[in-house]
Amino acid sequence: MNYLIGAFKPSCNISITFADGKSRKQVPIKKENGQTVMVPLFQSQENISGKISIEPLQGKKVEHNGVKIELLGQIEMYFDRGNFYDFTSLVRELDVPGEIYERKTFPFEFSTVEMPYETYNGVNVRLRYVLKVTISRGYGGSIVEYQDFVVRNYTPPPEINNSIKMEVGIEDCLHIEFEYNKSKYHLKDVIIGKIYFLLVRIKIKNMDLEIRRRESTGSGANTHVETETLAKFELMDGAPVRGESIPIRLFLSPYELTPTHRNINNKFSVKYYLNLVLVDEEDRRYFKQQEITVYRLPETS
Amino acid sequence: MISNIAEDEDKWLAEGIAGIQHNAFYMHRSLDSNNLREALKYSAQMLSELRTSRLSPHKYYELYMRAFDELRKLEIFFKDESKHGCSIIDLYELVQHAGNILPRLYLLCTVGSVYIKSKEAPAKDVLKDLVEMCRGVQHPIRGLFLRSYLSQVSRDKLPDIGSDYEGDADTVMDAVEFVLQNFTEMNKLWVRMQHQGPGRAKEKQEKERSELRDLVGKNLHVLSQIEGIDLEMYKDTVLPRVLEQVVNCKDELAQYYLMDCIIQVFPDEYHLQTLETLLGACPQLQPTVDIKTVLSQLMERLSNYAASSAEVLPDFLQVEAFAKLSSAIGKVIEAQVDMPVVGAITLYVSLLTFTLRVHPDRLDYVDQVLGACVKKLCGKPKLEDSKATKQIVALLSAPLEKYNDIVTALTLSNYPRVMDHLDNGTNKIMAMVIIQSIMKNSTCISTADKVEALFELIKGLIKDLDGFPVDELDEEDFKDEQNSVARLIHMFYNDDPEEMLKIICTVKKHIMTGGSRRLPFTVPPLIFSALRLVRRLQGQEGDVVGEEEPATPKKIFQLLNQTIEALSFVPSPELALRLYLQCAEAANDCDLEPVAYEFFTQAFILYEEEIADSKAQVTAIHLIIGTLQRMNVFGVENRDTLTHKATGYSAKLLKKPDQCRAVYACSHLFWVDDQDGIKDGERVMLCLKRALRIANAAQQMATVARGSSGPVTLFVEILNKYIYFFEKGNSQVTSSAIQGLIELITSEMQSESTTPDPSSDAFFASTMRYIQFQKQKGGAMGEKYDSIKA
Repeated sequence: MNYLIGAFKPSCNISITFADGKSRKQVPIKKENGQTVMVPLFQSQENISGKISIEPLQGKKVEHNGVKIELLGQIEMYFDRGNFYDFTSLVRELDVPGEIYERKTFPFEFSTVEMPYETYNGVNVRLRYVLKVTISRGYGGSIVEYQDFVVRNYTPPPEINNSIKMEVGIEDCLHIEFEYNKSKYHLKDVIIGKIYFLLVRIKIKNMDLEIRRRESTGSGANTHVETETLAKFELMDGAPVRGESIPIRLFLSPYELTPTHRNINNKFSVKYYLNLVLVDEEDRRYFKQQEITVYRLPETS
Repeated sequence: MISNIAEDEDKWLAEGIAGIQHNAFYMHRSLDSNNLREALKYSAQMLSELRTSRLSPHKYYELYMRAFDELRKLEIFFKDESKHGCSIIDLYELVQHAGNILPRLYLLCTVGSVYIKSKEAPAKDVLKDLVEMCRGVQHPIRGLFLRSYLSQVSRDKLPDIGSDYEGDADTVMDAVEFVLQNFTEMNKLWVRMQHQGPGRAKEKQEKERSELRDLVGKNLHVLSQIEGIDLEMYKDTVLPRVLEQVVNCKDELAQYYLMDCIIQVFPDEYHLQTLETLLGACPQLQPTVDIKTVLSQLMERLSNYAASSAEVLPDFLQVEAFAKLSSAIGKVIEAQVDMPVVGAITLYVSLLTFTLRVHPDRLDYVDQVLGACVKKLCGKPKLEDSKATKQIVALLSAPLEKYNDIVTALTLSNYPRVMDHLDNGTNKIMAMVIIQSIMKNSTCISTADKVEALFELIKGLIKDLDGFPVDELDEEDFKDEQNSVARLIHMFYNDDPEEMLKIICTVKKHIMTGGSRRLPFTVPPLIFSALRLVRRLQGQEGDVVGEEEPATPKKIFQLLNQTIEALSFVPSPELALRLYLQCAEAANDCDLEPVAYEFFTQAFILYEEEIADSKAQVTAIHLIIGTLQRMNVFGVENRDTLTHKATGYSAKLLKKPDQCRAVYACSHLFWVDDQDGIKDGERVMLCLKRALRIANAAQQMATVARGSSGPVTLFVEILNKYIYFFEKGNSQVTSSAIQGLIELITSEMQSESTTPDPSSDAFFASTMRYIQFQKQKGGAMGEKYDSIKA
């Protein structure tokens, strides 16, 4: 058995290390097999450099038709699993065809790489960045090694950030006015606001604020929309009377939000909504949904 | 059905407690292992038990207390940063991540209190944030308990003067703002409770609300404990804000309770200085609020305050406390149209009590109160409501008790007008109270005007009031009442005869209206009171000469004559006769022969015409004889006429023994043992002999009628008369006559037909012993008796 496994094992070890691997921030990602691993974090226009070392197994030689490293940005739709769409693809040739007898190291560098999209792991879609090392061989297939990394892009605070203010209601039944202090929130932001009851003729049991994520994939007739409720935050308990004003203070940090993604490469969008839900004593729900934009603020620390 | 609900509730409570205990257990474990996240998780779960809607306030409170105790442990943990390694600011954010609002806010309050204590942020900011965030709980019971928790954890952390939390940024004002806001919100929730939940009986709801009222009231208590609230701030901020909430909540239960709270928790001094504001709120309350109790409480407190120290009295005057209270009461009564009369009167009673205690010197205030009360009562039929009449009695009794002096009350013009509104029975009771007050304090009523006023007050006793069925009277009560009136008449006195006469005239005028049932009680004291005056005049006769209309005895006697005459029509002839005789005697002392004669004449006429009963006749004749004997004013002719009449009537009495006794009594009419008294021995003897004859006749009649003669008592009595006159030196009464009588008696006693009678035997024996004694004594008297053989 051992022999057999050994037969299918690649005849060499490939390791990819980043130049600033020790100092660079690592973030966790979930792999397909469910395991969480720590990978380095980059942002757009950074230099991605490092070393590849290839070490043939004891007493073996690796014969190849060339060694290359690729930096790929891929989008994978889950209904079309395994089929990656590369929106970014950069290649560096590392070695001309030949044979490797012993451990050999190749430096590589991709400078100021344009990586406009963030790594994203959604319900139906995945956007990932990966370094792919390929040792091409004529027979027995090529030897390939992947190294994932994460890209996050930061946005400065928007210059215009209006509050969301709206009056809604059901005639002669319920009239409220709500206000969220901003329309654009960063990931660690706090939603401050209030709900003002202008008219209450129904017996309200409670009121929640939900954060919902809407992920739409595909386009045209194939558009697939998936909505998740990420947060259900109770704002009010009991029935208010006319004139009551209920405060809102919702910290976003506990929730796993991503920035809003709009039409990423015509493949998918991720949008966030605040959904204000009032539940009456007969468990009827009255709600109003408002889109908010989520962005990633440069981390100060 | 109901018991099922109760059982269910117990079950739910037990489940809730179990839930709390379960989560508290894990919370403790997390605390012990310094695991903040777990601690927050389990504490939030524990607090989720408080989200129940199924428990009544009472049971909910039990649940709350359990959670409260656990939160104390959590608080201690929060305080110790070394344990959880999280800065208090981060912790303050962290607890707000909880998804459910109720646990979130409980935790926030808990952390908030630690936050203030750490002084990493101004207390006012934290307090303001907490009190604002608590708005999220709009459920009345849960909200009340949450805010009560907030109040509880923050009360020792308010930025009060002298507290640790006072700083440049934190002032007392912030503390006040915080408490006021929490109070306002709690009150709103509390008021809202009544609109909550379908199918709940109103009564039950009210009861449940009552159970929770202290949660709301606690805020006022906290306010009162804030040292930094001086009068100024109380006046400008605290009271107006509290009152605004009280008035605006438009809820009967809340308004009553909160007004009461305000009065109880804040110092009297503040109340006094803010009376206007406080009272101004009263008419704005719901018409069904029991303001009278509230105001009564206030007035009671203020009057206690006034009583506590004399130094504060000027403040009362300065703020015109009375005027303000008075007008406030007026407004309240006006505003609360449906307030029963008893309520209004209760208010006036309180005001009166206040006045009496604070301004005892201001009778005009008292009168004003009574006047206001009259105004309220007028135009209404007499009170039927027993509670209301009770209150009026209290109202009227208060000044009496205070001043211990009816004279003061008499100067109150509205006093009788209030009394008019009482039903007759109560009116009488009140009159009795007045009289008793006079008696107790031995108040002397000294002018006719006052007497007049007093009679106006007690007219219920003096005469029959219109439309009151007389036969309903209880005989004993009636007697009591009239005896009291009689006693009262003796309390009228003035040293000046003129005024005294006026008083007497006034009294007469009133009691004459009393009717036949009252006169026998009321006339005698009047007569004696008048006679007292007469006797006084006797002593100073000279002085009155020259005055235009002097109070002469003559005049008084005329008055008396009329008065007694009225009595004789009643008819109460025996009493009238006695009074005539009294008057005659007085006239005698005044040397007014014609007057005295007139009185006697009246007495005789009464005897002849009105006194028919033989027993009464006997009494009357003895009275007449007794009185006549003492008269010395009469000339011979008049005296003869009168004595003749008296003797004649004596002999005409029905029963022989009576005749006999009357006749021998008549003997004294002819022998007055004075220096210049009449001493007609012959006629004395005549009377005695006649008596003896009658006695004999009586004896014989007895023998005829019953076969045995009566006892010798009569003879022994006559013997005593003999001895009396013998000793007085009546020459007609000789020792032989006495001797003869003794022998007669002895033989009678030995006669077989005589019924033996131990008492008359003893009487005779002691008479004989007396003779023996006189004989042995020797001297002039001994010699006189010498000839008598015993």
